[in-house]
Amino acid sequence: MMTRRRALLGVASLAVAFSAAPLAQAQTIKVGEMNSYKLFPAFLEPYKKGWELALEEINKAGGINGRKLEVVSREDGGNPGDAVRTAEELLSRENVSVLMGTFASHIGLAVSNLANQRKVVFVAAEPLTDKIVWENGNRYTFRIRPSTYMQVAMLVPDAAKLKKQRWAIVYPNYEYGQSATASFKKLLSKAQPDAQFVGEQAPALNKIDAGAVVQALIDAKPDAIFSSLFGADLQKFVREGNLRGLFKDRPVFNLLAGEPEYLDPLKDETPDGWYVTGYPWNEIKTPAHQKFLAAYQAKWKDYPRLGSVVGYSTLYTVANMLKRAGGTDTEKMIAAMKGMEMDTPIGPIVWRPIDNQSTMGAYVGRLAKKQGKGVMVNWRYADGALFLPTFEEVRALRKE
Amino acid sequence: MTYSSVLIQFLNGLAGASTLFLVAAGLSLIFGVTRIINFAHGSLYMLGMYVAVWAAEPLGFWWSVPIAALAVAVFGAGVEIALLRRIYGAPELLQLLATFALVLIVKDFTLWQWGPEDMLGPRAPGFSGAVEIAGRPFPEYELFLIGFGPLVLGALWLLLTRTRWGTLVRAATQDREMAGALGVNQKWLFTGVFALGALLAGLGGALQIPREPATLLIDLSVVSDAFVVVVVGGLGSIGGAFVAALLIAEIKAFCIGLGFSQLTLVVEFIVMAVVLVLRPWGLLGRVPAPARGAGGAEPPLEAPSPAAIGALLALCGALALVPALSAGYTLVLLTDVLVFALFAVSLHFIMGPAGLHSFGHAAYFGLGAYGAGLLLVRGGLPMELSLLLGPLAGGLGAVLFGWFCVRLSGVYLAMLTLAFAQIAWSVVFQWDAFTGGSNGLIGIWPAPWLSSKTAYYYVTLALSAGGVALLWRALYSPFGYALRAGRDSPLRADAIGIDVRGLQWAAFSLAGLFAGVAGALYAFSKGSISPESLSVPRSVDGLVMVLLGGIQTLTGPLWGAALFTWLQDAVARGIDYWRAVIGGVVLLLVLAFPQGLTGFLRRRSAA
Amino acid sequence: MTVLAVRALSKAFGGVQAVRQVSFTIAAGELLALIGPNGAGKTTCFNLVNGQLPPDAGEVEFLGESLLGLAPRKIWRRGVGRTFQITATFASMTVRENVQMALLSHHRRLASVFSLARRQHVDEADALLARVHMRDQADRPCAVLAYGDLKRVELAVALAHQPRLLLMDEPTAGMAPAERSDLMQLAADLARGSGIAVLFTEHDMDVVFRHADRIAVLSGGELIANGSPQEVRADAAVREVYLGSYA
Repeated sequence: MMTRRRALLGVASLAVAFSAAPLAQAQTIKVGEMNSYKLFPAFLEPYKKGWELALEEINKAGGINGRKLEVVSREDGGNPGDAVRTAEELLSRENVSVLMGTFASHIGLAVSNLANQRKVVFVAAEPLTDKIVWENGNRYTFRIRPSTYMQVAMLVPDAAKLKKQRWAIVYPNYEYGQSATASFKKLLSKAQPDAQFVGEQAPALNKIDAGAVVQALIDAKPDAIFSSLFGADLQKFVREGNLRGLFKDRPVFNLLAGEPEYLDPLKDETPDGWYVTGYPWNEIKTPAHQKFLAAYQAKWKDYPRLGSVVGYSTLYTVANMLKRAGGTDTEKMIAAMKGMEMDTPIGPIVWRPIDNQSTMGAYVGRLAKKQGKGVMVNWRYADGALFLPTFEEVRALRKE
Repeated sequence: MTYSSVLIQFLNGLAGASTLFLVAAGLSLIFGVTRIINFAHGSLYMLGMYVAVWAAEPLGFWWSVPIAALAVAVFGAGVEIALLRRIYGAPELLQLLATFALVLIVKDFTLWQWGPEDMLGPRAPGFSGAVEIAGRPFPEYELFLIGFGPLVLGALWLLLTRTRWGTLVRAATQDREMAGALGVNQKWLFTGVFALGALLAGLGGALQIPREPATLLIDLSVVSDAFVVVVVGGLGSIGGAFVAALLIAEIKAFCIGLGFSQLTLVVEFIVMAVVLVLRPWGLLGRVPAPARGAGGAEPPLEAPSPAAIGALLALCGALALVPALSAGYTLVLLTDVLVFALFAVSLHFIMGPAGLHSFGHAAYFGLGAYGAGLLLVRGGLPMELSLLLGPLAGGLGAVLFGWFCVRLSGVYLAMLTLAFAQIAWSVVFQWDAFTGGSNGLIGIWPAPWLSSKTAYYYVTLALSAGGVALLWRALYSPFGYALRAGRDSPLRADAIGIDVRGLQWAAFSLAGLFAGVAGALYAFSKGSISPESLSVPRSVDGLVMVLLGGIQTLTGPLWGAALFTWLQDAVARGIDYWRAVIGGVVLLLVLAFPQGLTGFLRRRSAA
Repeated sequence: MTVLAVRALSKAFGGVQAVRQVSFTIAAGELLALIGPNGAGKTTCFNLVNGQLPPDAGEVEFLGESLLGLAPRKIWRRGVGRTFQITATFASMTVRENVQMALLSHHRRLASVFSLARRQHVDEADALLARVHMRDQADRPCAVLAYGDLKRVELAVALAHQPRLLLMDEPTAGMAPAERSDLMQLAADLARGSGIAVLFTEHDMDVVFRHADRIAVLSGGELIANGSPQEVRADAAVREVYLGSYA
């Protein structure tokens, strides 16, 4: 009798303990954020400043329907295994309601895969891989940035206009570079059936042997070049290419090279006239961007990079979703995301119901030097909505 | 390729070779004299780059180069005096661990001092343009480098053959004990050599800034290149390093020139594997004089006392009770700990008792993981079967690679294991259609009845504990004793009819199989698998776990795995410079307990 | 009965003829000492017999079968035991375990992963240790033994396979003079008692002349004498070589 009563008491107190926890947390909504801060600091430090700014604004404006938003941020260790563990930690120890972040494609995919298994919403910030919303897409994963395919598609019309026949391609040897190259070949061949691809160089990421690669490209005698290099590889490629005359009279298309993260280190060696996607932060005069720019500079005494916009917009996505869902129920959050419209510093976006991809676009323009610094000129905003695959294509890819 | 492009690619190769040679020569010198495998050599190179870029701003490029080289030399001397000098008597693997800790600390120091962004240096004044060669513009600076490498080779040769100091260095390279007996002041000789090696690394880094930006990722990529060059050339041979640098740089340049740029991922490791298989001591290396009396013999393997067995069983019991207390993150973390414990024990199995130092054990972990993943995703097998059959891929990989590896010993063996791991990694990385390439495979989840964290935790506990128990049990068998016999005295083992190589091969394969079990468990616990699971950092993690725990004890790898996984998890969450913290902890442990954690505890209890 | 027959063994290193046309035989239970001044070719000759070096010409026959081209462990299987100039034992094992290893190999049980090594052939090992007077030290680690004791462990290890031939390279090197004769007496007793043929090289002439049944003298790579201690002592050529080199 005694033991039974004690057991009952125990169960009761346990029940109190468990039910007390959600009550205590009702004040705040926790968002789990994770990224490879140590591995890609150039992009991710501005990214972090971006979401920190957004967090401050959101909470100042009253939070989520009166509840405070809290971001629990973690280093993901820079590899998929550790990233999955980090996500598990956020979910089971921190009890976060939604996950956001990640940079590299393979980590994004691994976390997306976990989100699908654990049935939680994951808003991927930076991974560009097409697979995360298409081939390997799932209903719990959303992605904000325009994918590799979309950014290539934004450049292809200009490339086709030049009517250059012989194209050489250089890309970092991993999924991003491979799929950029495949998309470029596919899209350019469609727009310009007589295009030939005469040379391909796939140096290992961060290990380009620029002299030899530039020479091999010269030997291929291309009329134009398509590149998806970035970071240190891009800097080495530009320097060697300038010295060895690779870029003379050859138009170059380079994905991402207009992003301040990768453009600024080029300084006075910025090659003139390259076609790039990027972010001309000091020239965008839309009210939304002006407001973001002012707030960012006031808080951080620094100018925003593209990562800042991504971080800022990703957290606002999460906040808007939570508001629309009226809470942290996963199914309600998914429903809220479907077709959700919102503003970002670089323009309004819509979250497509069919594939959970946002219609965020990118700036397309040419590179130029101004006072010893690289800038984007003749740029325009390419709305992502115009460069997405059709619904039929998406359905086929998602096998739905 | 036309004649002129062949010429240009040849020159590109020469320029690359000069840079490679500078780093490799320093590494080779240091190893030759101190027998330390300086994992931090790439970090010295990186420091050279950063200091040079930093000094070039106010002083100009040509001043920044000697300043950077000297600064790195001073730093190197400091490291030698403050750290390495204390651990020359420790087992060589522990020395390696210490230099690895330095890598972590230097990386975070650089991040703290110079920030995360890549820093591109200025072009070299006087060599900033291009000259016409065979009708093509060729950078003047590359020509400068092409000349500079042989110049350094010549200077080193003069230093080593024409000076008293050089004679001492050569004497110590050939026979350290003998040089010591001849009354050479070893302390300062070692400091001097380490400083010279650091100077060369710093110089190599500084000279590189007109060609590439200083980045935080350069350290490991440079040190792995340098290792390959040094091993291919023959450890301790400066001339060999030069030849090997030339060979590898030219092969790389022509891979690119001929349109096989993907091969650059792995071509140097293929070269190394081929060289080691055909010439086990490198191109110009000599059969090393066996080191006498290093480390000291380990005590006999005692039968575990009933108390020890009881404690281990109690530990298993306690682990089995954990799900009743906590179903959350603790289980996730413990699952990782269990997986890595099995991985570390399997590595210890060959490193400790068999004396085979593997730097590439992750290959078998990864092969097991991919084996399981591919059977599930591509083969359509049920999860349970995939988990059981997948590890065979690790075992078969070890059977194949091990056959070559057990023919070597010491550092050469370690480097061959590394080469094979890199080759396996690159195949997995490049074979997009089958392995999923750089993205890897996703959707590798346990069957529904095992999919809860608790259920999968029990699976992991059962398989890991079972695996560890089997491996330990094997060490008490005649097979395990024969392995130790082969390690203690290959000569005696051979003379009493023990087929040392055959047994080592079997042990290598067995260890590969159990690493594969760990890998398969890992894959299903994460739901996905990527090439990182068989990359060098994973192998290094394994080494660190084994060495942290202490290589001379059986249970060491368990505690090492637990401590390392916990540290990584706890520290990474709370502290910005977590790498430096881990490095610092490792250094402290190495300095305080040169025989590893459990070795220390045991001596305490014996005293 | 002839256990070992060495016929016309020759070996050159570069241009130097280290061993030239050396022939000798050893019978069961007989101790043959191979001596000669430094550089006379003893060590080369010894390594040709034990399989560590391949000869340029000649034959090494053990119980009527050639040993040439066999790996050391195969030679051991045929029934040839060895001790080394610098003792080679398993430092991380106890004395008994060292002998057990040899016994496990003898019984071809090395590949077993299910039995406990420590429990195998304990009595046999102890019996062997008793024969070399090391029974009382059976549980000590080899790493802490005195040098003379290590030599005796090696002897026990070598006996584990019941060899027909024992090759001992400088068996008393590194030992105190008083110990040397004891060890050699022990080896001689064991060999004679079991009918084992022994080939040994040795620097200490006291040991050689006291314990060898026969002495083969090498000089300049050639065998200049081969006979009983008395015969060799009286041999003019030997006297010249030794006195010449010591004079």
